[in-house]
Amino acid sequence: MSDFVSNRQIKALILCAGLMPATALAEYGLNMTRGVTTISREIYDLHMLAFIMVSIIGLIVFGLMIWSIIHHRKSKGVKASQFRHNSNWETVWTIIPILILLSFAAPATRTLIELEDIEDTEMTIKVTGYQWRWHYQYLEEDFGFFSSLASDHNEARQKNSGIDVSKIENYLLEVDNPVVIPVETKIRFLLTSNDVIHAWWVPELGWKRDAIPGFINSNWTMVTEPGIYRGQCAELCGRDHGFMPVVLKAVPQEEYLQWAKDMKQQQAEAASGVDREWTMAELMERGESVYTTACVSCHQANGQGLPPVFPALTGSPIATGPISDHISIVIDGMQGTTMPAFGEQLNAVDIAAVITFERNALGNSVGDMVQPAEIQAAQ
Amino acid sequence: MSEAVLNGVEHQHDHHPTGIKRWLFTTNHKDIGTLYLCFSLLMFFIGGAMALVIRAELFSPGIQYVDPQFFNSMTTMHALIMVFGVVMPGTVGFANWMLPMMIGAPDMALPRMNNWSFWILPFAFTLLLMTLLLPGGGPAGGWTMYPPLMLQTEHALPFVIFAVHFMGVSSVMGAINIVATILNMRAPGMKLLDMPLFVWTWLVTAFLLIGSIPVLAGAVTMLLTDKFFGTSFFDAAGGGDPVLFQHVFWFFGHPEVYILILPAFGVVSQIIPTFARKPLFGYVSMVYATCSIALLSFIVWAHHMFTVGMPLAAELFFMYATMSIAVPTGVKIFNWIATMWRGEMTFETPMLFAVAFVILFTIGGFSGLMLGIAPVDFQYHDTYFVVAHFHYVLVSGAIFSMMAGAYYWLPKWTGYMYDEKLGKLHFWLSVVSVNLLFFPQHFLGLAGMPRRIPDYSTQFSEWNAISSVGGFVFGFSQLILVWVIIKSARGHGEKATAQVWEGANGLEWTLSSPPPYHSFEVPPKISRS
Repeated sequence: MSDFVSNRQIKALILCAGLMPATALAEYGLNMTRGVTTISREIYDLHMLAFIMVSIIGLIVFGLMIWSIIHHRKSKGVKASQFRHNSNWETVWTIIPILILLSFAAPATRTLIELEDIEDTEMTIKVTGYQWRWHYQYLEEDFGFFSSLASDHNEARQKNSGIDVSKIENYLLEVDNPVVIPVETKIRFLLTSNDVIHAWWVPELGWKRDAIPGFINSNWTMVTEPGIYRGQCAELCGRDHGFMPVVLKAVPQEEYLQWAKDMKQQQAEAASGVDREWTMAELMERGESVYTTACVSCHQANGQGLPPVFPALTGSPIATGPISDHISIVIDGMQGTTMPAFGEQLNAVDIAAVITFERNALGNSVGDMVQPAEIQAAQ
Repeated sequence: MSEAVLNGVEHQHDHHPTGIKRWLFTTNHKDIGTLYLCFSLLMFFIGGAMALVIRAELFSPGIQYVDPQFFNSMTTMHALIMVFGVVMPGTVGFANWMLPMMIGAPDMALPRMNNWSFWILPFAFTLLLMTLLLPGGGPAGGWTMYPPLMLQTEHALPFVIFAVHFMGVSSVMGAINIVATILNMRAPGMKLLDMPLFVWTWLVTAFLLIGSIPVLAGAVTMLLTDKFFGTSFFDAAGGGDPVLFQHVFWFFGHPEVYILILPAFGVVSQIIPTFARKPLFGYVSMVYATCSIALLSFIVWAHHMFTVGMPLAAELFFMYATMSIAVPTGVKIFNWIATMWRGEMTFETPMLFAVAFVILFTIGGFSGLMLGIAPVDFQYHDTYFVVAHFHYVLVSGAIFSMMAGAYYWLPKWTGYMYDEKLGKLHFWLSVVSVNLLFFPQHFLGLAGMPRRIPDYSTQFSEWNAISSVGGFVFGFSQLILVWVIIKSARGHGEKATAQVWEGANGLEWTLSSPPPYHSFEVPPKISRS
């Protein structure tokens, strides 16, 4: 089998030729998900109501048309009648659509009002879109983290990666850190963005909402069934728009509390190394993992970038020049380009590690390093 | 008229410069119409080639052929070219050719401006297309050009903005010309409600153009000043609002949708009565439906942006207003079917395309109605369901009606019948492949595939593969159309009569095929039936 035609695709092509029973279609996903919240089910029901209504109208309208096409043709020897209008019929086909529309409008209005009712929420998660990953901040718990496309998926999705993506489970819908929520809890999501407009979407929750820089949108959810739900960014946000998935893990209340406790502890530990002296090997190891989540999508795994938009790091004047310039561009970003200010995104240890890594790997061998304490001082 | 006097008795009026000069300096509505139509056809293949790049990349999961950034610039350019370079100039081409002939005029009211409004277009599209050669590539922020993303465009941004300005100037001049022609140059005795429906839909469309294009010009100018002159219309950090752009853009964008489709309604309303050998049913209600669709189109824009987080009251208003458009649109569809009803139908290629238009446009209308229901749109928005919807109304809608029109009027334009066998082959290949191409996209969208992504999760593989196969078949089938046009234009085929079609009615069919260089030098007499 050649690289770009998989078995499943061959099957699908056969299927489209009508050689397989229609029931086989189910596994390919034909319809909207019912989802796992009361709102998502109401939305699904509205969708089905609308779909069934338009199907019935379609059957009647197309049926009449086809009947006419079969019977009212010249070859059947019919003579054209010359009627031009009929006020009764014209009134009927103005009134009936109005009644049908009213029958949609009522339940749609109810669902919309319910959806916009963001009162009595029990906890709040602030979601911030970045090019191209999500940041989740648990406002009451006071911790937060980034969530990026899982590194093996990121590797596989590169052009000419040579990796068969059909072998990867949940291809492009897997992250390093999923957002975890408790079930049966009314959760408020605040959505905003750090750069361009993104849209946060998990189909099982029933809605998507834009994350807009400088503005805060809100929405809510209450998931009833534990499970892992996958979605992705829905608003075009640049080169890697297709590669910023959302993975939401809904767990029982106790499990959530334990997870939140662990997260807080972890973050305290991660930030704690600022004061001590790090060795080159430690920084390089940590730097590599930071590079693969934060930098790789633009500057590429081999450091060659994608000029002219994303410059190479290998041999670049920044990564091989004075270290102070390197530090300031990582912390503050670069105005007028897509290089973000990582000072807001990464802690001092990560920044020190990634700068050290960039100067001593990817074909560079400057030999110098920077300590987390220096980064903190620079900030 | 002065020319006629100068030439004394020998005024055939057919003399004009030949060669390239004929086309560069022409002020003749038929020549300009031909230019518009050829330009539209050329752009159709350029925009189509971009669509095939997209469909090739999406044939299977994984990135095979192009960089994601280039993929984004393909989706952006494909849309800009198809909207501004194919459908708009194409329908203006029909208007140029047919309006003077349908209302009994010698030419358009403003022939020199007519020349100018066409000749701006090649410059505009050169400007747009050359961005692909600039460092940083072409625009990749989507044809909707939302900031702040669009402001990240490198060197291409000012080129795109000035290209859009040029296209806008061309459209507005074309629209003014059409309004002036229709209102001033009808044959004596032809009242507004005596005009063929194609003329009516173009009159309404022209007003939509005049009302909405300047708004787009304003929006893109604000982008320009935000990028280069330090303003912050769309930057929250400077007190602006990125959503403001979306409101302004869609205030243009929604009337634009009807600018694309109303002339299509007009073409189909000419063709169905001809081949049903029966007058158009409900002429007056068709006119009212056209006008009310146009008016409503100015108050529904925010249904394109339900997910930006509007107040509940605004969401409800835009939902109700959007749904109400289904009523006049429904009237039109019912009237077309009533026109066919108890007619004496034959199914030559124009009629086949027109019937396919009615069915497939209605399917696009159904998904449009579903999209208008705000809470459900929170699921549909920005998925392939939307892509399926607007391609049904634009490809199997607007483009199909243009194909129907091209076959319908080709014998009138060239004086020779087109090759009916090739026409039918073109139709059947197109109608099967267009459904293979776009119907599966409904499933993809509902199953959760966002639009404008170059790569996707493996559960979307099957329908994407089918869609891509449909895309390639549809794309290459269009070469048949070119062949049919060339054959007919070079005089291969039966000589066409003046009436061309047995059931054809109207002033344009009283002129010879091909018609004289200046359509009606003496106003025709209007007989009311």
